[in-house]
Amino acid sequence: MILTNIESVPGMVITAQYGLVTGSTVRAKNAIKDFGAGLKNMVGGELKSYTELLSEAREEAIHRMQQQAQMMGANAVINVRLATSSVTVGAAEVYAYGTAVKVAPKG
Amino acid sequence: MGDILLLLIVLGITFMTGTIIEKRHFENIKKREIALIKKPIINFGAKTWHTNRKIKSIQLVTGECVISGDYFKNFVASLKSFFGGRLTTFESVLDRGRREAILRMREKARGANFIINTRIESVMINDTYNPQESVPQCAIIAYGTAITYE
Repeated sequence: MILTNIESVPGMVITAQYGLVTGSTVRAKNAIKDFGAGLKNMVGGELKSYTELLSEAREEAIHRMQQQAQMMGANAVINVRLATSSVTVGAAEVYAYGTAVKVAPKG
Repeated sequence: MGDILLLLIVLGITFMTGTIIEKRHFENIKKREIALIKKPIINFGAKTWHTNRKIKSIQLVTGECVISGDYFKNFVASLKSFFGGRLTTFESVLDRGRREAILRMREKARGANFIINTRIESVMINDTYNPQESVPQCAIIAYGTAITYE
């Protein structure tokens, strides 16, 4: 499946459109990692466990979006956008959305 | 009296750690940015970019970073915000976070010719119920479309 965050797939033409597909996830790490991050927060720097968490959440949100697109029979998602929001302390929400389309090579 | 002493000790320790971590991080970022200087060019708009060459692969690339300030920075900023003006202690934190996220994205797209339409998304994930007490943490995602020519 091709994912792009531009309005087309370069080198290909869109043959069918299926509309908006979305995927979202809210994830949290465990209490021990939260405690560790709380300590790290005091001294400053990057919170590695939360970065990991964010990257897992992003992966899952995109995966769900792809599944939805696959169900519709699409082979690409264009104009993908990622949005994040804070739900509660130590949790990450990632929301991915885009337009499911069918593309074919040009010519 | 004991409270003030404890506060001063905590401020002293976090000032030291924060400064050391920030210095090391900036050095690391600079090194990696120099290494990537001729690698994929980023930030073409979606509509302005155009090519007639054959394309091998198109891929969505992302880079994440969660960055946090420290207790000292937070304390200075809360004093500074009383008078207004630039909160320099937080500027450097957010700058580091964004550059780190962009670098991670570019490192994932090493073989690509272009990364177009780069976007940066960020959110504060600190304790929203107790904003005065908590040190800011910022979660940043940078993403774009990596394009590789044949």
